[in-house]
Amino acid sequence: MAQNKIDIEQVKQVAKLARLDLTEAEISQFTTQLGAILEYVEKLNQLDTSKVEPLAHCLPINNCLRADEVKESLGTDKTVTNAPQTDGRFFLVPRILEESGGF
Amino acid sequence: MTDSDYKIIVGLEIHVQLATRTKMFCGCELAFAEDPNSRVCPTCLGLPGALPVMNAQAVEFAILTATALNCKIAEFTKWDRKSYYYPDLPKNYQISQYDLPIGSNGFIEIPLSDGQTKKIRILRVHLEEDAGKNVHTSGNFSQVDLNRAGTPLLEIVTEPDMNSAEEVRALAIELQRIVRFLGVSQADMQKGHMRFEPNVNLHIERGGSTSKTPITEVKNLNSFKALEKSVAFEAVRQFDEFLDTGICLQSGNKKTFGWDDVKEVTVLQREKEEAHDYRYFPDPDLVPVVVNEEWLERIKTKLCELPLKMQSRFISEYGLSDYDAGVLTTDKEMAKYFDDTVKTGADAKRVCNLITQTGIKIANEKGCGVAQLGIEPTRLAALAKITDDGKISATAAVTVFEKMLESKDSPDKIAQQLDLLQRSDEGELEKIVDEVITANAQAVEDVKSGGKKSKKAHGFLMGQVMQKSKGKANPQIVAKILGSKLGS
Ligand SMILES: [Zn+2]
Repeated sequence: MAQNKIDIEQVKQVAKLARLDLTEAEISQFTTQLGAILEYVEKLNQLDTSKVEPLAHCLPINNCLRADEVKESLGTDKTVTNAPQTDGRFFLVPRILEESGGF
Repeated sequence: MTDSDYKIIVGLEIHVQLATRTKMFCGCELAFAEDPNSRVCPTCLGLPGALPVMNAQAVEFAILTATALNCKIAEFTKWDRKSYYYPDLPKNYQISQYDLPIGSNGFIEIPLSDGQTKKIRILRVHLEEDAGKNVHTSGNFSQVDLNRAGTPLLEIVTEPDMNSAEEVRALAIELQRIVRFLGVSQADMQKGHMRFEPNVNLHIERGGSTSKTPITEVKNLNSFKALEKSVAFEAVRQFDEFLDTGICLQSGNKKTFGWDDVKEVTVLQREKEEAHDYRYFPDPDLVPVVVNEEWLERIKTKLCELPLKMQSRFISEYGLSDYDAGVLTTDKEMAKYFDDTVKTGADAKRVCNLITQTGIKIANEKGCGVAQLGIEPTRLAALAKITDDGKISATAAVTVFEKMLESKDSPDKIAQQLDLLQRSDEGELEKIVDEVITANAQAVEDVKSGGKKSKKAHGFLMGQVMQKSKGKANPQIVAKILGSKLGS
């Protein structure tokens, strides 16, 4: 895979960012597959886009706004009912070591 | 080496929670201290198929604030996804604005302790959504509450133009006043409506060259006091560290510290691996925002006189002290109430005293603002006037003020009803003065002989007259009569 578009280290990095725990076999498999996808998409580089404005959205519309009006929320019961793990009030997730939510 | 050999460089990243009724991209109501996970819907939960729709009010609040911060407003902006994985972020990305912020290249003017002001440049102002909260960790689990997820936040980033902890605090307080004046945020720090993250480093002069210390970002600041103290602490810590290690600023050696409110120190946080690989890209679920001239003008009509400008007007036009003008302009309603009262012709200093010394205390007890006490500007002006004219004493004015809360009568009439009117009848007061003079020959002697004792004796005689009149004599007139009789 000398001229592959993505190397093993990049795949490991992306998996880490996505919190995916991949086996060595999967890493190798995804490196090949992602490489093929990137190679296919690279055909687009044949086009000269130097004079084309980047497109922010594929629809030719803007300013889809709504009034600041309250709509009914789901409520706690419905919200947590499909949670993989819950105590009936909160979503339960594996213990977070570092408390730093929000911005 | 002394302290003067280094200069503190601080820039701020600020998050302001907007005071909309609903979230940024869905109709869930913003709620503080509600039942956990009660204010969520498929959109803010990030369930498949749910589509976000922009809250017009949030966009307008953002534009209004950016305008007040002298920013250039983008004619065209869009939404981007900032991807990272964390339990409080249900979609695994945050909707934010990356390369086209709604406002850029502005400035905020902050008051300095010497009465001058300083311009701090604003790099950018953009809108984004908040994450949820990781509430509590027990055993092997953490509890996640998503009520806050999707709350509209305004992120404001300043240039590193602040050079002391005091300037950082001044900016924070000024920004709080501004967003409250504009009505775009409640800006309560304890409730997390405003979050400040300073980026701090030092420029150290040594041997004719300047060394820069690595930048640290400080998090977990829940009060203005913590913000100011953390910057002061970081400066000293970085200086000591530089003397120890000599390590200088390089790309990639920025560190994140958390503020420990109890120990009042900054603590190095565990480094997040590749934390900045957010892989931004335009959100296909949201269409761009185009701000045309007409819309912008309509938003601008909601601009008001900003607090710092109002404060300096109160000083220059009404002759108030910087302190008094500062107190009055902490709150827009109060500032306007004061302004309206003075404009009816009342004495500014007197009105200021009535509001800041009596009004604020009563309003705090009642849990409302001074302007909401139900005393119209014209009635407050009337109270100021009868106090100024000497019809009632300053002490009596407080009593009348309190009574005015429950009575619609004029202050004059209330003073009459409560028997608080001062006696200003010169003939009547002269009689009392004569009696006092006759009864206190020694004091009269002391006043006449001048010197040290004179002033004290004069005060004593004044006191006697006030006592005899049961506190109702107009002190100015008594002083006048005493003066003419004793030639003092
Ligand atoms: Zn929602």
